[in-house]
Amino acid sequence: MEFKNPQEELERFRSRLAFAGGFVLFCFALLFVRFVWLQIVQHDYYQTRAEDNRISLVPIVPNRGLIVDRNGAVLARNYSAYTLEITPSRAGNLEQTIDGLAAIIEIEAKDRRRFKKLMDESKSFETLPIRTRLSDEEVAKFIAHRYRFPGVEIKARLFRQYPGGAFASHILGYIGRVTDADLEKIEEKEQDANYRGTEHFGKTGLEQRYEFDLHGVSGHEQVEVDAGGRAVRTLSRSAPVAGNQLTLTVDVELQRIAEQAFGDRRGAMVAIEPSTGGILAMVSVPNYDPNLFVDGIDTQSWRELNESAQKPMVNRALNGAYPPGSTFKPFMALAALTLGKRRPEQAIADPGGFNFGGHFFRDDKKGGHGMVDMYKSIVVSCDTYYYMLANDMGIDNIATFMGSLGFGQRTGIDIEGESKGVLPSQQWKRERFKKPEQQKWYAGETISIGIGQGYNAYTPIQLAQATATIANQGVMFRPHLVKYVTDTRSGEKRMIEPEPLRRLDLKPEHLEVIKNAMVGVNREGTGARAFAGAGYVAAGKTGTAQVFSYKGAEHKTETMQAHLRDHALFIAFAPADEPKIALAVLVENGGFGAQAAAPIARQVLDYYLLGKKPKEPAPADEDAVEGDAE
Amino acid sequence: MNSGFGLPTLRGWWQKLVAPLDWPLMMITGLLVLLAFGVMASASPERINAQLANMAVALVVMRVLAQIPPQRLMHLAVPVYLLGVLLLIGVALFGDISKGARRWLNLGFMRIQPSELMKIAMPLLLAWFFQKREAMPRMADYAIAAVMLLVPVALIARQPDLGTAILVLAAGFYVIFFAGLSWKIMIGMVVAGIAAAPLAWNLLHDYQRHRILTLIDPEKDPLGKGFHIIQSTIAIGSGGILGKGWRSGTQAQLEFIPERHTDFIFAVFSEEFGLFGNLILLILYALLIGRGLMIAANAATLFSRLLAGAVTMIFFTYAFVNMGMVSGILPVVGVPLPLVSYGGTALVTLFVGIGILMSIHGNRMLVQK
Repeated sequence: MEFKNPQEELERFRSRLAFAGGFVLFCFALLFVRFVWLQIVQHDYYQTRAEDNRISLVPIVPNRGLIVDRNGAVLARNYSAYTLEITPSRAGNLEQTIDGLAAIIEIEAKDRRRFKKLMDESKSFETLPIRTRLSDEEVAKFIAHRYRFPGVEIKARLFRQYPGGAFASHILGYIGRVTDADLEKIEEKEQDANYRGTEHFGKTGLEQRYEFDLHGVSGHEQVEVDAGGRAVRTLSRSAPVAGNQLTLTVDVELQRIAEQAFGDRRGAMVAIEPSTGGILAMVSVPNYDPNLFVDGIDTQSWRELNESAQKPMVNRALNGAYPPGSTFKPFMALAALTLGKRRPEQAIADPGGFNFGGHFFRDDKKGGHGMVDMYKSIVVSCDTYYYMLANDMGIDNIATFMGSLGFGQRTGIDIEGESKGVLPSQQWKRERFKKPEQQKWYAGETISIGIGQGYNAYTPIQLAQATATIANQGVMFRPHLVKYVTDTRSGEKRMIEPEPLRRLDLKPEHLEVIKNAMVGVNREGTGARAFAGAGYVAAGKTGTAQVFSYKGAEHKTETMQAHLRDHALFIAFAPADEPKIALAVLVENGGFGAQAAAPIARQVLDYYLLGKKPKEPAPADEDAVEGDAE
Repeated sequence: MNSGFGLPTLRGWWQKLVAPLDWPLMMITGLLVLLAFGVMASASPERINAQLANMAVALVVMRVLAQIPPQRLMHLAVPVYLLGVLLLIGVALFGDISKGARRWLNLGFMRIQPSELMKIAMPLLLAWFFQKREAMPRMADYAIAAVMLLVPVALIARQPDLGTAILVLAAGFYVIFFAGLSWKIMIGMVVAGIAAAPLAWNLLHDYQRHRILTLIDPEKDPLGKGFHIIQSTIAIGSGGILGKGWRSGTQAQLEFIPERHTDFIFAVFSEEFGLFGNLILLILYALLIGRGLMIAANAATLFSRLLAGAVTMIFFTYAFVNMGMVSGILPVVGVPLPLVSYGGTALVTLFVGIGILMSIHGNRMLVQK
């Protein structure tokens, strides 16, 4: 082993130092190239990404439009409240976060259930409320602990409120959180941009139908956010425009009196202004409280509402289809006059029933009403008269005429999902049934159609519309709830114009006969007890619909005894010579029309025409004589 | 102080204080430290005072070391190394666990991180070793050196602390390299290293693998393990040529950059001062390293040369690994930006290195050529 030359060693060491120095410069050059790449070549890209990080465009949801009655009484409004909201994608462990929050702010089991339901329905980057309506104290408590909860924030939000609670709920409907189905509608209307921050959408009633009027125009705010997603400062802002206001044709007081008149009975009532089609009151009871839906209803309450035997979620005025019973008779009589099948004075002998093809269709009065002309047939509600008439007219003539009065068709009211009901005809039966022997129309089936039974099934609003058409000399209007829409920005009122759907070719003298007979009903006939001492002349007709079940009826008979009672009906308009109001009342399982339905109509008319407020629900008149129970 | 009596005494005292210092090194370090406090004031102003305290301690340590002659340092080499290894074993047996790693040893009155000590102890020991074998370094000596190097590196890597393990390994390797390990062997080791890579992969911890995978494609997991790198490259790239201005970096000020006062402080600097600032920082580091290599070239003994060369290259390793990982060309291994990142331990270690360089410079070859 040789000894190394120190000078040589030093040179060698220095060459290695030089190499190290070169290596250092090479590595630094590499870094520099990387910096040039990032900071010059790719600068624009990273600049954009930094801006995307920093700037967030936050939509400002506009105030939803108010809904007021014809006199300005508020039916739906908004209030501001603080909510505690979680963005699940940013919150880390959700259970821990919620438990942690619960230690500071009261969070009930119901809130957790609702939050879970919202979670299932939404995407994880949406912010969802865990608690609504925080008190100022709760807000202060949370803010003190805010740093512990990333992805949790307090938001001031506007909430829909229906001050009347369940009152008029089937008119107003309710709003709920936007679903995928709603999003499709929004896209269809090309409102995507406007709805970016919107969380609620009208689900039923006017809230649904006038959604795009009520919503308003979203504003937006450009805010700088930090990595935790919290807004640091506002860069720019454009103000939202509140939704348009709906002014209804409905009279809140009339609506209230009508709802109260039902007491705790189930049923529906529609009152229309005949000269415009404006709906003055529309009742479907029992109601439900639409406020329950605003914060998102929890599964349990939802199930209770839907599974209730009372079916509070069904709008009976539009979706309940009932046989009209004897309220059908004035329309049958009008058909007979118009088609020339009867003259008013032409009388039949009523032996207490009508024999057809070996089957005896009984009149409810044993031994019959004697000689019956058209006036008497309506006043005493003689069935035999109409058995014969139906037989003479034939099903298709009846169907054509009743169709022209709107029976079996959607009225076009400004609420969605209206039912058509059933207007029986040969064609209807062919389309309705599958087996050939069922598709055939039997002449015997026409007989009970004449007294509003059989396959007949109409919605209360169809009945009210037909009544209003007679009251309005054959001019039929599209029923509507909204009188005008007020544009928030311009203050302009967009009238929902009275829209004559059609002018029926009816002779005034024929209408006079029918009106006169209906006045007779309340003066000396089946409605006389209910309308005794009224300070005005009201035309009316009682009806009692047998509850029976056949395939295709919207209302299936329940096996419970109470549910086997007949439905009580009453149609009316007043004052008879210059009608201001026409209505149809239906009380489910109420018994005779004169007993249950006519007293409700009396209270409604008393208030509307005389301003009389009843003290209590309309009494059922157990002693009322009913001439028309088939 | 304008009294004719006090002045000479004070001046004498000052001259004595600064005598062992190397002025070029002081200048460069001073500029880097100035720059560091500028960035700290933007990234984390509330930590300025704490870092000033760290700085004061580090300067005292530097001054003390600058006065210790290299011969005395050589005597410390073996005891310090043995103490370091003992402490590392202690950590492995009784260490505190934090963030999934066992790095700290609780001595009752204070918690220490023995791996930090190894960054200096390692080159000290190996420089001492080669000095002892100066006459005839043989292959066997390199093998012994390798064993002395790998034992603590393995202990540190097992903690696990990949960043420190790499720094210690590098520090030791530089000594061996400067001692004259033949190129053939080094190339052979590189080839063998590449061949053994798959094996090494299996030995890595999950989090270490994740870091490497994240490096390859950070966008795969933008909110998880890729977040650090994505946000720091966005910060650097958006800085552009001149930067967004001091305290105006949106990525930094809005807290998109994680660990922005420690390992990722370079992203803050780069966003606010741009390519121009980066160039200045690179030049300052290059000057620091250049001065260190110059001191090594003129050092009096083999021990001093090796130690000065290795300590200088440690600075390079810190700087390159940190800027490389923050700008996304190296895996995230937890190495601070030297002299700039917040943290007392790393700062003291670095100033120990500077003090050693000054001491070696003060005892350089007095006769040139």
